[in-house]
Amino acid sequence: MIWNEHAECMDREQLLKLQNERLRNMVSRLYYNVPFYRKKFQEAGIDPGDITGIHQLKDLPTTTKQDLRDNYPFGLFAVPQSEIVRLHASSGTTGKPTVGGYTRADLRTWSEVVARSLYAAGVDKNDVVHVSYGYGLFTGGLGIHQGAQKIGATVIPASGGNTKKQLQIMHDFGSTVLACTPSYALYLADTMKELGMDPSELKLRRGIFGAEPWTEEMRREIEAKLHLKALDIYGLTEVIGPGVAMECEHQKGLHIFEDHFIPEIVDPNTLQPVPHGQVGELLFTTVTKEGMPLLRYRTRDLTTMTVEKCACGRTLARLNKFLGRSDDMLIIRGVNVFPSQIESVLLEMSETEPHYQLIVDRVNNLDILEIRVEVNEAFFSDEIRQMENLAKKIKANIESVLGISAKIKLVEPKTIERSEGKAKRVIDLRKLVD
Amino acid sequence: MLLKQLSVFLENKPGRITQVTKVLDEIGVNITAFNIADTSEFGILRMIVDNIDTALQALKAQGFSVRTTQVVGLVVPHQPGGMHQALEHVDKAGIEIEYMYAFAYNSKAAVIIKADDTQKLVDVLSGSGYHVLQEGELIQD
Ligand SMILES: [Zn+2]
Repeated sequence: MIWNEHAECMDREQLLKLQNERLRNMVSRLYYNVPFYRKKFQEAGIDPGDITGIHQLKDLPTTTKQDLRDNYPFGLFAVPQSEIVRLHASSGTTGKPTVGGYTRADLRTWSEVVARSLYAAGVDKNDVVHVSYGYGLFTGGLGIHQGAQKIGATVIPASGGNTKKQLQIMHDFGSTVLACTPSYALYLADTMKELGMDPSELKLRRGIFGAEPWTEEMRREIEAKLHLKALDIYGLTEVIGPGVAMECEHQKGLHIFEDHFIPEIVDPNTLQPVPHGQVGELLFTTVTKEGMPLLRYRTRDLTTMTVEKCACGRTLARLNKFLGRSDDMLIIRGVNVFPSQIESVLLEMSETEPHYQLIVDRVNNLDILEIRVEVNEAFFSDEIRQMENLAKKIKANIESVLGISAKIKLVEPKTIERSEGKAKRVIDLRKLVD
Repeated sequence: MLLKQLSVFLENKPGRITQVTKVLDEIGVNITAFNIADTSEFGILRMIVDNIDTALQALKAQGFSVRTTQVVGLVVPHQPGGMHQALEHVDKAGIEIEYMYAFAYNSKAAVIIKADDTQKLVDVLSGSGYHVLQEGELIQD
């Protein structure tokens, strides 16, 4: 199902024209209404009139979370406060929260993209949408709520907490769609089991899960335990909230609503686009946002992007699996290496969560990468030859993914040090030398 | 007719083998046969013990990577060429030996053999009149 066929299945050339036009408009709003951006443009020697289209995005300044903090709370707003009708904020693990201000038009855009997201998941007005995302400053609850209302679904604003009561309501009100974080979905499933409740007692058929990273393994688990199809929704408070991108029923990546949010995949160091299909950091330019438009906002999320048309008919580009955070990136022999790339290689080989550690050192001016892999039961054979083959296979697979060679060391379980239960992924000894 | 062998993955670090034997000692498990295969980086400790389930649990609880494998225990006839003749039967049957190691069984020589087709190995050896050890025989010792 497609909510807005005109926007979502638009010919890509036509989409580009629309994006160019919207970017030109946005750049002038930034220049004339936001001192922070005017200063950045002036420093870079860019006149707003120089910008004709999105091919020039790479030359424009980026925006970071730190910029938002430095301008806390309303410094990046592009309209007077009288035009702002809603504020949201994300708590953030360090320091001040990041704030989002919405005009009336922004709220319309937001419910539009959430409506598109719900349709992409096969949800319509016949559904009963149970929203267990928190309501409040957090964008999850109200964001899904407005979109679900827009498509005419029956909305249950359950918010978070009181899991037993939520299950009771889901049962009594016949909820067909569950919207919450994937970890809460698993918690709900476990609580059901404890209460002796069978998933067939509920009518759930779709799950709209997001606000935190999750794996395919989690998806399979949720789908099996709750008897629903689990779909991934992506968004950030800074950009708008949930509904920036959404998976369709084909589960082949998340469609980005590119007429509003222009994505770029860039090298985190140079901030220049990476060749098509390669891993890089995801940036968004919010061309239609009025309240707090952001130019090349650095999400720090690493991913790849596909532009091919999807089986669902949408022409919108898709985000593939999220591969971690750009802050974790290492540069080894001039090659960008993300620990998550190594994790995916190991996951493919063992189907269980691998414990590994990267040790980077510099010997005779040459970077050396050693990968320590804990030998769990999935990896362990009692034959030396097979263990050696395993190490060789890991080495070959990693080399083909990273393009650089690594030494593989098999180590005993629990020997990689963990802090707060999580293994320390990277030890970079090079820093000590400099 | 198959024996269950316990295998433990060990890094080549001083004192690791002792830590395994210490765990087994503490829970009163006897080791009947014992072998180490190693490379420059790691080793695999293989054992036949008298109470494999207890040993497996105790080692897992201590964080070791442990697994069980089915192997064949063969009593080698005490005569010149005894070992050689037994292996000829194995070769003829087209069975590939992955590894083997010797141990003493009731003052006789015995070997543990891991093959690509362990069941076939048992059939060939018993069919040729060899004494293939059963789990019960080892525990009685
Ligand atoms: Zn699609």
